[in-house]
Amino acid sequence: MPEDWEPKIVAFCCHWCTYTGADLAGLNRMNYPANVRVLRIPCSGRMNPQYAIEAINKGCDGVLVCGCHPGDCHYATGNYFARRRMMVFKRLLEYEGLEPERFQVRWISGAEAGKFRDTVMETVEQVRALGPLNLTREIPALEFPPMPDDDDGAFDAVPEEVTQ
Amino acid sequence: MSRIGVFICHCGTNIAATVDVEAVAAAARKLPEVVHVETNKYTCSDPGQEGLRQAIVDHGIDRVVVAACSPRMHEATWRKLLADTPVNPYMLEVANIREQCSWVHKDRSVATEKAIDLVKMAVAKVARLQPLHSTEIPVHKRALVIGGGIAGMQTALDIADAGFPVTIVERETSLGGKMVMLDKTFPTMDCSACICTPKMSEVGNHPNITVKTLAEVENVSGYIGNFEVTIREKAKYIDYNLCTGCGACETKCPVRVDSDFEQGMKKRTAIYKMFPQAVPAKPVIDAAHCRKLTEGKCGVCARVCPTGAIRYDDEDKVTTETYGAIIFATGYQLIDWKPLYPEYGGGKYPDVITGLQFERLVNASGPTEGHILRPSDGTEPKTVVIVKCVGSRDPTKGKAYCSRACCMYSAKHAHQYLEKVSDGRCYVFYMDVRTPGKGYDEFYVNTVHEGAQYLRGRVSKIFKEGDKLICKGEDTLTSRQVSVAADMVVLETAMVPADGIDELAAKCTVGRDADSWLVEAHAKLRPVETNTAGIYLAGTCQGPKDIPDTVCQAGAAASKVIGLLNKDMLQSNPQISRVNESLCQGDGACVNTCPYGAISIVQKQFRENSKKVTRPVAQVNPGLCQGCGACTVTCRAGAMDLLGYTNESIMREVDALCQW
Repeated sequence: MPEDWEPKIVAFCCHWCTYTGADLAGLNRMNYPANVRVLRIPCSGRMNPQYAIEAINKGCDGVLVCGCHPGDCHYATGNYFARRRMMVFKRLLEYEGLEPERFQVRWISGAEAGKFRDTVMETVEQVRALGPLNLTREIPALEFPPMPDDDDGAFDAVPEEVTQ
Repeated sequence: MSRIGVFICHCGTNIAATVDVEAVAAAARKLPEVVHVETNKYTCSDPGQEGLRQAIVDHGIDRVVVAACSPRMHEATWRKLLADTPVNPYMLEVANIREQCSWVHKDRSVATEKAIDLVKMAVAKVARLQPLHSTEIPVHKRALVIGGGIAGMQTALDIADAGFPVTIVERETSLGGKMVMLDKTFPTMDCSACICTPKMSEVGNHPNITVKTLAEVENVSGYIGNFEVTIREKAKYIDYNLCTGCGACETKCPVRVDSDFEQGMKKRTAIYKMFPQAVPAKPVIDAAHCRKLTEGKCGVCARVCPTGAIRYDDEDKVTTETYGAIIFATGYQLIDWKPLYPEYGGGKYPDVITGLQFERLVNASGPTEGHILRPSDGTEPKTVVIVKCVGSRDPTKGKAYCSRACCMYSAKHAHQYLEKVSDGRCYVFYMDVRTPGKGYDEFYVNTVHEGAQYLRGRVSKIFKEGDKLICKGEDTLTSRQVSVAADMVVLETAMVPADGIDELAAKCTVGRDADSWLVEAHAKLRPVETNTAGIYLAGTCQGPKDIPDTVCQAGAAASKVIGLLNKDMLQSNPQISRVNESLCQGDGACVNTCPYGAISIVQKQFRENSKKVTRPVAQVNPGLCQGCGACTVTCRAGAMDLLGYTNESIMREVDALCQW
């Protein structure tokens, strides 16, 4: 682990609850580590798993997805969709070898500034303990049987005369 | 190439004390497509805003990043400012370097580094935003009020007085709701009918109000300003154009059934008016009990009717009309206590009655003409027990919530009983006495001084012993078991939402809580609006409340509706979902996701590969879409995107955070 390494975590927060809660943490001058960058989305239902994949691929050490408590969604049902999608997606990430602490989903209301702070502190601590995300794992190469020598061109998709 | 302007705010020392604003500005200058960076002491102040406006002109800026306080604070301010400049108001991104940076971090270098990241993300996003324009939605200047109780009537009157046509849909045969059943209203002891019936006739005679009784809302489609509502008016079997309401038919009808209005304590005929002052003041035929309609015999009402208004072949009338706003004023009903409380006899004892039955008993126009008499034998009860919180504040039996009005009306019942039966004794079993309200606690204290015996504890059992109802309970203040031999017991039962509210609310996508009360958009700041734009709440459909609060809320809902109907056009929110029709497969996954019913599948013609093709594609209704974006993730083809928060712009934000 490099000595000056600091975990970088992106938090996808819904505008109506968690983002408001994070603002409230500011209003209350709460203190938490600066490793989390909040990315505002209108609703946790807007959270596309692709964004998390992108973040992980491009070097984030952890991803947080936060929304309103189930039942409190500003858009009635958005966080229910988020809950299902993220539950499945988290399993997929874990199956792919990502430590569960690196992808977390939390419900934080606009009043729960303390919970926001605690979530940030907890996640940063956990990710710090895991160290930088290293995606270059040793994957044993699969062995295929050798191709036959007599290549008769049967696999050429487009015959030459058509392309001309 | 876009030309991005970055404006970084010191916010006095709020930001500048922790974040090195100049370092952030220096970093911003190096970002791609940024043509201008400036720092301000207070960007939101008048000189700050003027500076922003000037910089846009001077530097030909077409996209703006403001790094300052939370967008929840000033995003709207900047949008408004940009509307007056060549920059589209939606080509704006706010980097929150105050609430989520300078106020929560102490280390200057760490906070500065984070602020730079936040500015990077904003720049990356704003570079990929597209100009958005709100469209104008026409407003139909008419309101629909569902429910004709005091809440519905008050809302309708307020809206109608402001000059807009209102339709009231009431499923009973008369306006009035629960209030008109009551005898007197606390704490002033006005006669309920004396203050409610004038409102009813005012509604009935108002030139701007149409009253549809025995009617229900069958279907609702559309959106704010443009709700298409189908209303079914059930057959009344009487031609109201001919009927004069003389009442001759009622005197001759041979059928006798329990009157709902009198809470089953009196009989009514099959052709009936709900009560003498009913509005409209004309009878209806109860098809389930009328002999002519059930057996084909009788027909006496048709023979005695002097105007020939009886129509045995009358049919339901279904109409569809467009309204700009809908107000729910569907009210409450009392919880069905009988299956829940077998220990109170479960309805076995006729002298165990509900508060509403007591209201009718004590009412001068009620079944006993205002004499408090036992339903079983018609004698005057000398000992009455009032049990509060029957079904309320009891999650194991009924509801966890407090029904709010019962403390006061049970004090009223005790007062009325002691007033009418001078040698009577009255015991009130209570859990707590909650009397917040003007003059409420004084009223309760008066009742105690008049001799009402308040016992703090619940009644565990009621059983019959001879002529008496024995109420066993506990006085928790003296820790003693008590047993009262009562002649009559009044149960102050919990309020629950009106029957059928779940179906009706689902038709309008209005949220309900676990107890089916309708949910307001914000408990404190938007108490009369729902999350569906254009639909409002008045009265007890939102939760238990008393008459003053109901009237208050009805007026508040009306003022919101008047504000809406006053506009000719509404500006729609342009940050909504958009379909890429060339990618859309028309499989409708998004349709099932949308909580607002904003997406539909339509057949559309395209020219593809030089051929005309008709295929299904999704279509977003801009009036209904609220911009949550849940549909975008569902789309397998990736055809759905959310304007203002596009996939590309969010991905760019992530990239900027990681790589720049």
